[in-house]
This record gives sequence, C-alpha cells and structure tokens, in this order.
Amino acid sequence: MATSFTLNGKAQSVDVSPDMPLLWVLRDTLNMTGTKFGCGMALCGACTVHINGEATRSCITPVSSVAGKKITTIEGLSADGSHPVQQAWMEEDVPQCGYCQSGQIMSAVALLSKKPNPTDTDIDDAMSGNICRCGTYQRIRKAIHRAASMQAGKAKSAA
Amino acid sequence: MTNASVVNRRDFLKTGAAGGVALVIGFHLSASAFADQAQEQEKKTPNPFDAWVRVTPDNNVTLILGKSEMGQGIMTALPMILAEELCLDWKRVKVEQAPTNPKIYDHGTGGSGSVSGSWLPMRRAGAAAREMFVSAAAARWNVSRDTCKARDGGILHGARKNFLTYGELVSDAAKLPVPDFNAVPLKNPNDFTIIGHDTRRFEGQGKATGAAIFGLDSRVPGMLFAVIARCPVFGGKVKSFDATKTKAVPGVRDVFAIDPVGQGAFTAGGVAVLADNSWAAIQGRKALQIIWDEGPAASESSASLRQQFLDNAAKPGKVVRNEGDAGAALAEATKKIEAIYEFPFAAHATMEPMNCTVHIRPDCAEAWVPTQAPQWAQQIIAQTAKLPPEKVIVHTTLMGGGFGRRYQADFVMEAAQVAEVSGKPVMVFWTREDDMQHGFYRPASYHHFSGALDAKGNLAAWKHFQTSTSIEAMWNPKGEENPEKSEFATAAFIPYQTPNYRVEYTLAKSSVPRAWWRSVEHSTSGFVVESFVDELAAAAGANPLEFRLRLIGEDRKIPDFTNLKEGKPLDTARLKGVLRLAAEKAAWGKPLPKGVSRGISGYYSFESYTAAVVEVSVKDGAVKVHRIVYAVDCGRPINPEGVRAQVESAAIYGLSASLHDAITINGGRVEQSNFHDYQMPRIGETPKTEVHVVMSQEEPTGIGEPGLPVVAPAMCNAIFAATGKRIRRLPIRAEDLA
Repeated sequence: MATSFTLNGKAQSVDVSPDMPLLWVLRDTLNMTGTKFGCGMALCGACTVHINGEATRSCITPVSSVAGKKITTIEGLSADGSHPVQQAWMEEDVPQCGYCQSGQIMSAVALLSKKPNPTDTDIDDAMSGNICRCGTYQRIRKAIHRAASMQAGKAKSAA
Repeated sequence: MTNASVVNRRDFLKTGAAGGVALVIGFHLSASAFADQAQEQEKKTPNPFDAWVRVTPDNNVTLILGKSEMGQGIMTALPMILAEELCLDWKRVKVEQAPTNPKIYDHGTGGSGSVSGSWLPMRRAGAAAREMFVSAAAARWNVSRDTCKARDGGILHGARKNFLTYGELVSDAAKLPVPDFNAVPLKNPNDFTIIGHDTRRFEGQGKATGAAIFGLDSRVPGMLFAVIARCPVFGGKVKSFDATKTKAVPGVRDVFAIDPVGQGAFTAGGVAVLADNSWAAIQGRKALQIIWDEGPAASESSASLRQQFLDNAAKPGKVVRNEGDAGAALAEATKKIEAIYEFPFAAHATMEPMNCTVHIRPDCAEAWVPTQAPQWAQQIIAQTAKLPPEKVIVHTTLMGGGFGRRYQADFVMEAAQVAEVSGKPVMVFWTREDDMQHGFYRPASYHHFSGALDAKGNLAAWKHFQTSTSIEAMWNPKGEENPEKSEFATAAFIPYQTPNYRVEYTLAKSSVPRAWWRSVEHSTSGFVVESFVDELAAAAGANPLEFRLRLIGEDRKIPDFTNLKEGKPLDTARLKGVLRLAAEKAAWGKPLPKGVSRGISGYYSFESYTAAVVEVSVKDGAVKVHRIVYAVDCGRPINPEGVRAQVESAAIYGLSASLHDAITINGGRVEQSNFHDYQMPRIGETPKTEVHVVMSQEEPTGIGEPGLPVVAPAMCNAIFAATGKRIRRLPIRAEDLA
C-alpha cells in the first residue's frame, strides 16, 4: 500500500508495509542513509528526523503514521552544509566517529526552533535523548550556543 | 606459517611500520584451527607516488590514508604529517582511504599506535616525494638542486623566482629513483607549519551533513540485508529450526544456517535471514522457530564467576613479579592496609552496530567493511571464498566507533559465510541487541591489595593479587599461556618505589568472549593502582599529590616490565610533570565551593602520560562530576585540537565505566540488551572538561586511549575526599556511597 508524505520539501510516495518504521523506509527504500540506526527502541536518538517540525525517533515511527506529513532529514537541512547548526558543528569540530551526529543535529535544530537562545539546562533537557559514545557532549553544547548566536546575528541583519 | 599463537595485543597490533614489517593474521576455517602466527612479510619501500600521494596535472593533491578512521582523527593526523614534509597548503589537501593491500600498508588500527608507528614512515614518504619534486624541478630548469625549495605545493627557484606546481612536475617526479628512506632529509621541526597546529577533522563536513558513508550505509545494486539469529548462550548451537513463518514475511528472500567458526573468528553461527530490506530481515528473524543446543556454558553466571574469583583469591596465584619480601614486610609493618577491587564485564557499545557487506563472485570478491583490521577482513573473505587475497577488494569504510571492537573479525566471517551461500551482495548487520549480547567484553576481574607503610610513611610493601577472565587466554588455543601479560601491563609496572613488591595472578575460566576494550587492561589496572596509592596516602595522612610525587621519587627511567626488550621506559619526570600540571591548572589545594571535593590520579599507558584532577559532589546517593582537569603528555602533538578531542572523549568513556558499564551473565547469556539496561552517559552528566596538552618535542605517542584510565580513580578518590567512602567496585553503586 502506498504512503505519501513530503520529504525534504518534495512529494514522496512509497509502497511498503505500513508498519515498516520510517527509518528503514528512508535508509533502505529511498537510500537516504544520513539518518542512522542505533537502537531500534528510541533510546539513542541516532535516527532523529523532524515530522511536522517535531524531533521524532524514526526507528519506532511506522511509515503509515506519517502519511500526509512533512518530514525533514539531515539531508534536508541544507544541500551544502550551510545550515547554521551544521556550520557550528564544523566550527566547533564536534564530530568524532560522527555516527550519532545526524541525530544530534536534528535534535539541536528542533531545540533552536523553539528556543532560539537556550541555556545549558535547556540544551541538556532537549538533547538528553541523543547518545554519543565518543562523548562529544561538551562540544555539542558549545556548538548549539554558537549556532544560536549565528542565527541571532542573521535575524538581526535581516531586520 | 607456524603454529604459534597470536595472543599479546602488542604483537597482534604490531604495525612495525618503521621496521617495514607487517603482521598478517593467518586464518583457517576449521573449528579446531586458531588464528595462526603472524606471517611476517618484508615490505619494500614503495614509490610514494604509488602509495601515498596522488597529484593530477591540474595540481589536485590527494593523500592516501592507510589506517582506519573510527573517530580518533587519524584521517587528519597522518595526512598532516605527509603534508608537512611535502610542504603542501593543508586547505587544498584531499584525503582518500587506501585500498586494502598489506604488501604496501600496515592497515591494522589499534593500540593507540597509529601516530607513533606512522610518524617516521609518513615523514620519510612525504620527504621522499618532496625531494623527487625538487629533483624534477632542478632538471627542468637545469639548475642545482640546492637552489630549489618546496613551498605551498610547488617548487620555487629562489634566484629566478620561478615556481612550478607539483601538478606541473608530477609526471617527471614520479619516474625518478626513490630516495633512500633512511637517508632522506626531514624538515626541521622548528619549520613545521602544519604539525603542532590545531586542525579541524578532514571529514567533519560529511559528518555534519549526513553525507559520510559508514559501513551500514554501504549500498550495492541487488544487495540483500541479513540478520543472524544466534544462540543466546555463549557456545550454544542450532539444533533445528523451522523457517516456515519467516519465509511468509514479505521481503524475506532466503533462510539458512551457518556454522560457528572457532578460535580466531569466534563466531556463534546461527540462522541467517536474508531480505530485501533491514526491517523485513528483522521481522523474519522474529518469526523463526529455533531449538538450541545451549551447551555447557548455560550454567555460567556472574555469581558463579564471582565465586570462582573468591576461590582463586583464597589461594596464592602464579607469581608475576617478586622483589624483596612483601610477605615479611607486611607481617612486621607499622601500618598495613588491604583493599579488594572488582570489575564486571563491559561492552564497547559502538553507536554503529557491527555490519559487513560482501559480494562473492566466482573469480573475485568485493567487501565494504567498517574495520580496524582490513587486512584480516581480506584474509577471511579470501579463505571463505577460496580466492587469493589479492582477488578480494576490501573497501574500508568510516566506522561509527571502534574502541577495539572492530579489530575483531567475527562480523566479517559471518558476512563472508552468508555471501558465499547466497551468491548475491549481502550486508549482514547486527541489531543493538545482537551487539550487546554477542560482543567481546572487557574482562571481569577481582583484585586483592595489601600495602604497608613504615614509620616515616614510606611504602614498605605492595602486594597485588589479581584473578580475571583473560583476553590472552581467549586467543591462546591452550587458554593459559601467560595471561598476566595481557591482564597486567601496568599493574605489575608501577612508578611507586618500594623494596618489597609482589604481584600474583590466577586465571579465571569463562565462556564469555573477551577482547580489547578502550585502554584494555589499563582501564582496570589504572583504577586499582591509582586507587590503592590514594588509600596509602590517606593512611599516611599525606596529601595525595605530594605522596605520589614522593613515592615516584627522583627523575629516572623505569624499564617496561611487561616488555623489557621493546617497551618504552616510563620517564618519571614526565609523569610528575603531568601530575603537577593538572594540579596547577585545577588549583589543587585551593578552596572549592561547599560540598565539592577533588581527587587526583596520574598514569602511564600507550607510552603517554596523563593526569587528571576530578571535582565531584555526592548527594542523596548520587555522585555528580563537575569538572575534569587533564594534563597530557603524548610527545609532540601532531594535531593538538585532535589530542584534546580524544581526551575529552576518553573522559566520557571513563565516566561511563565509572557510573554505568556492567555486562552481567545469567544462564550463560548476557542479561543486558539495549541502552535502557546498558546505560550511556548523556549530555546532562557531562562535566566541564579541560585538557592541557604538553607541547613536547619527544616522539609522538598514543592518545586515543590514555585519557581513560585516570578518570575512575581520580573520581573515586574525590568521592573519598567528599565522603570518606572508598569505592572499590565499578560501576559505582548508590549503596557504596551511603
């Protein structure tokens, strides 16, 4: 049965089992491998995508539940890594192995859309569902603050 | 090939790059066989243009990486060394993973040894290429070589102000005779413009955009995705299975059993389910009905292992080291202290679960492997496919964490077996549960310490009895040869002076697979040594820092007890240096906010020196780590920013070992299954971590692992300072804080 949704701004339809988690639809059906498999139980956050703007664990999200919704993946943030959060990630040299970072970035982008100037506590709360075995947390905090000021700067210059 | 064993990690990982010796692990498929002795292969110095540097006529420079990137930053550090000697503009450099070819490259990546082992070879390769460019330019201009200089990716002739890019010279340069690597002139370190400078990781952009390709992201036309149902009990086998329901799952293409492979690969065997996509494979596996022959390990548990530890500890162990007479000194000591320390098994828990993609064709094979040992992967696939290794193309992918887990070849063997039967390209991938329950774990261990102080507060005796499941025994077909070598490195090699020093070891038997976990034996040796010396300091009523410095004593070099022939001696001046630096930066001895206390530890591992001061508070049976201040001396830092990142990472891995990591066994199987019952530190637990890097001019040494061993002892020493409670078993339990 076909399921239709908007993926990174484009209409997308897939003909897969309705209970197939969105994670595997993205990775195996659509070959969009930026979204990662870590635990399959919404415990690690590696699979985080945005569904209608909300950070969501795609590994436990049946594809049938996203019919008609807007999905953004790491590939949809920017074509060239120019999104402020991606820029901040590179400037703070956050990634090590890098495997969890798509999910970290998607969680960070969702946080900043709600709280443009988060405190450390806001960051700890919003990012607590994302595990990094390399322990890059300190740099993640710094990068989120940096992205916040980059976005504030942009908003200012636009105003 | 001889039939000796591959046991000691130092030998196992011996890259020998400087000596031009490679270690290739031989392999047999029969269950009775085991990982054969290294086949030592003489390597010819390759033309750097064939192995390390590719320059196109339009002056694009690509440097080749012979090691595997798992997050440790080697994809940046080694090309930096090449680029330095080549006088390249770093911003224009591209890096590419080397093809798997053990005749040219020492691929094995582990033991925190990539930079130390590659430092001279990479400098020489880069310098040789540079000199070839100089010669090519001198010939082109018909001038003396002495008047030509390499600069910013080209050769400059000073007098004439002529400049030729490497792109313009490469066709000539590559044809010139390769200079003698042992004689090629190396740059004066004072002229370094890349080495020693903070550099962002090369592949950072790909990792921030989702474009980076890890093993699990390998995609090959027509590929199938497979999972394997393995017996939950270690050593158990498939008795029979019924795949009727599995085959009815949409997308499932094939189901068959594979045999376990013994010594060396240590695979469990089981039933493979191949499908069009990962989800269908997982669903298909759930529908399998399997009757297992659980085998003799089904009676093993953490409780039975602990009983074995206690029984072993009641008897003397094998004497590993004995100087003076610790027994007599302890008997007549003014002050005597005893302590027992315990550790459970621990899992690597790499974020990317194990996986390997293999396509075996009649005349060749191709594989995409996230591996620390591509050469071993190649051997295994070659033997499974009955092909010569050179017919097996192994693409080393980025790894979503390694930490030693990906030096193993079990996941490669499984994929080779499945691909051999299937004939199609197949990715065998592991779920988190597979990864948690079928890993190779940091050994569980039990330590009994006795120490004596004389009237002046000097260390009159140090006795350490250890019993543990052993990595060494796992790799030795007889299971018993010198386990103390792999379990004891620094526990039998301490910097603290005592006339009476005794170390004993007893091997504990276990069916739980063990292997190298980040920092290997140092994760436990560091804890026991640096905890016990702190206990002695407290008994002596001494400042823990001053006590350590006094017991370390005068500047000297202590031979590496575990490897007297080749081991680098411990330089006490450098160890004291990092202890003093960490203490200074942490304002040791100065007041702290109310309720916050400090602890310290200093340690030598992987030829590097680390010290940490940890600040903690304890409230309501929970410990909070506020700050970790590190000082590290890993010789000349190639990329100081990369060094800091590795130490920050090791801090969290060490925090994980202190607070969470415990794999427990019941009924011969692992009780944990995913991140709900094998917790990881999360962002809210992250302390402020400062890393002070000594800008040494000594030869570079390891840094991926040495940050880890100091975390738990400094933390627990701080808990003692805060509460008076000694933490003697990890992970820390609430009841031990009460």
